[in-house]
Amino acid sequence: MTIDHPVALAPAERAVRLLGGDLTEKALRLHLDGLAGVDAVGLEARAANLATRSIKTSSKAWALDTIIRTCDLTTLEGADTPGKVRSLVAKAVMPDPSDPSCPRVAAVCVYGDMVPYAVEALGAHHGDPDQGLVSVAAVATAFPSGRASLDIKLADTREAVAAGADEIDMVIDRGAFLSGRFGLVFDQIVAVKEACRRTDGSYAHLKVILETGELQTYDNVRRASWLSILAGADFIKTSTGKVSPAATLPVTLLMLEVIRDWNRLTGERIGMKPAGGIRSSKDAVRYLVTVAETVGEQWLVPHLWRFGASSLVNDVLLQRQKMTTGHYSGPDYVTVD
Amino acid sequence: MSFLEYAPAPESTAILNLRDSYGLFIDGEFVDGHGAAFATISPSTEKRIAEVACADASDVDRAVAAARRAYDRTWSRMSGGDRGKYLFRIARLVQERARELAVAESLDNGKPIKETRDVDIPLVAAWFFYYAGWADKLEYAGLGSAPRALGVAAQVIPWNFPLLMLAWKIAPALAAGNTVVLKPAETTPLTALLFAEICQQADLPAGVVNIITGAGETGRALVSHDDVNKVAFTGSTPVGREIARAVAGTGKKLTLELGGKGANIVFDDAAMDQAVEGIVSGIFFNQGHVCCAGSRLLVQENIHDELVDRLKTRLSTLRLGDPLDKNTDIGAINSREQLDRIRALSEIGEQEGAERWSPACEIPSNGFWFAPTIFTNVSTSHRIARDEIFGPVLSVLTFRTPEEAVAKANNTPYGLSAGIWTEKASRMLALADRLRAGVVWANTFNKFDPASPFGGYKESGYGREGGRHGLAAYLEASGWQAPIESSAASPRSGRKARKAVAK
Repeated sequence: MTIDHPVALAPAERAVRLLGGDLTEKALRLHLDGLAGVDAVGLEARAANLATRSIKTSSKAWALDTIIRTCDLTTLEGADTPGKVRSLVAKAVMPDPSDPSCPRVAAVCVYGDMVPYAVEALGAHHGDPDQGLVSVAAVATAFPSGRASLDIKLADTREAVAAGADEIDMVIDRGAFLSGRFGLVFDQIVAVKEACRRTDGSYAHLKVILETGELQTYDNVRRASWLSILAGADFIKTSTGKVSPAATLPVTLLMLEVIRDWNRLTGERIGMKPAGGIRSSKDAVRYLVTVAETVGEQWLVPHLWRFGASSLVNDVLLQRQKMTTGHYSGPDYVTVD
Repeated sequence: MSFLEYAPAPESTAILNLRDSYGLFIDGEFVDGHGAAFATISPSTEKRIAEVACADASDVDRAVAAARRAYDRTWSRMSGGDRGKYLFRIARLVQERARELAVAESLDNGKPIKETRDVDIPLVAAWFFYYAGWADKLEYAGLGSAPRALGVAAQVIPWNFPLLMLAWKIAPALAAGNTVVLKPAETTPLTALLFAEICQQADLPAGVVNIITGAGETGRALVSHDDVNKVAFTGSTPVGREIARAVAGTGKKLTLELGGKGANIVFDDAAMDQAVEGIVSGIFFNQGHVCCAGSRLLVQENIHDELVDRLKTRLSTLRLGDPLDKNTDIGAINSREQLDRIRALSEIGEQEGAERWSPACEIPSNGFWFAPTIFTNVSTSHRIARDEIFGPVLSVLTFRTPEEAVAKANNTPYGLSAGIWTEKASRMLALADRLRAGVVWANTFNKFDPASPFGGYKESGYGREGGRHGLAAYLEASGWQAPIESSAASPRSGRKARKAVAK
């Protein structure tokens, strides 16, 4: 065994607090390697158990509204156009034209070059989702693969922030992570966080996408969650939606456990965003149960919890209409986007 | 409003079609009993569910005689393949009527519908499917080329898993070619009586399964009946002792599955969140009414505070209440008698100086309830570390080295179950070898499978249920010879006659 040359890392505030002043890759690695393991069978059994909760009547009504209120309505296609984005924004502001009491979604999530159109289309509705307004989230850092130089990733981020993005969804360098270069992954997150800084000194919220489908093991997911939080993530997010499997309940449960542990340790609240693959209300309600029973229901607000989804909202709207009218309508009674 | 106060989600009881009173199931028919009938109540509301007959000695006689007739004339002459068909049919009927059985079990026992629906009833079906497969393969059970059935089996089962314990007893007995007289516990007879209906529905030959209800007196008459060849009992150690005495010297085969005080050993390298889940399912599953419960938590001293802290947080999310609500985690205690015992032992725990903790939880005003409870600062000499409480009460002890963990885990008159939590497989295997417990779970707890033998060391009983071992408990190896002076009523006579014909 060789002694690592102590490689200094960017002095991210949280990491310095936890790991000490001389922040090195070795200190980070020792911390990540020292984390308790994850028993896959037990984790999946716990998630399956949480999925058996039966959410009915008033609880279901609240859950459906909460799903909409915490949803990042998303379009991330090569074929996206300003028109498509405007249409998405209209849906975000008024998800159900037949029911004005329907809450707005938390944010629209688009590629960086679509941010100006989203901002423009939102107009006066643009703002803090905790105040009932709609944010603009942009994916950045060579999403979804993350295979670009750091300079390009940073430029990608700065451009989106300058165009008015309130939230940046970055991807970690999974290649670096899997080859054990934790320091590189860490430094990149710190650098992207810095690129989220606006001219007035405030920061766009940083969501760090782990792409758990590529990390493969639960142990890796736990390490990557810790690494991202230590580097300064405001949110940790499961997936890009471009890799299968995307979000799963066990992975989300595991990441929430890390968030809970960080909260026990420091009192800080980190947000969580499962993304990709959540299409039905029933499925989404299981995620809400998992949040409430793992970190507490105080997490079920837009600044701490998001769903990344494109088709989920329509299923929720159908369920919502069913609860008001007593019968199911059909896909023609909700808008395509 | 709080989301975590989930709106009520009660399972409907409309599917249940119960009679107002149930007789004894003897020779394929429901008949009146000669003892004083009694009511079975729902422990969560104390409301009467139905009236149940009580079998006296003459009823026991009739039941055993019916079983003997069925054994001699039908069941022992039937091919294994045909016996298997009946068992497969029963298994399918259990699946078809699963929801009804789950609701009835939850109502009568007090356990949450979530458990009856997801654990008890699916396992009941699995047990019948598993042993149905064995019925025509007995010569491959490792007991010689022609193992023989024993005859009439007297079976007495407890109230904690009423229908599942019935399946554990009846499925292997029938597969091996025996007929049975079974007595369910007096507080939980309902699903056994529904099972009697299933036997009728399956067209099982009359007398192959007989179900008689009643309390201790009925059980005593049954196990000491002269024409019984096999006694199988699951329940408390004192009653098990009494049965062992009654059976001694009679030539009856005996299996006993008795109490336990399982140690759940958590090392400092364990997957902590999953260990917490395992501790919870180890002791709070079925309100702790589990003979193999992990009622002693042995935690490595250096992680004691953190683990207990996490455990407390987790317990605060457990939901106690209406067993028929689909979100209930902790149901009712089965009887006032059991509740009194749990209360008494918990008070002793406090008096002995252990520290008691329960999460804040509202206890319903009717019925029998006990909040999930943890005792810390428990010493090995405390009664709550030695006596089986059989309730949702966990005693937390510490250890420093693997050596000490083994010593403490084995330091009990019981030996039914143990659990090991570590990410280090070599330690897990080394430890499992040294634990004197019939079942050792690693990184899990309270998992059951029909293919896996289950049973105890020491005061936890003898004999195994489940798997090939469970089958052997109902068979005589083919090396065995029938005594020459065997009477006409001998259980083997039918079998011998058939063999003679076959030759």
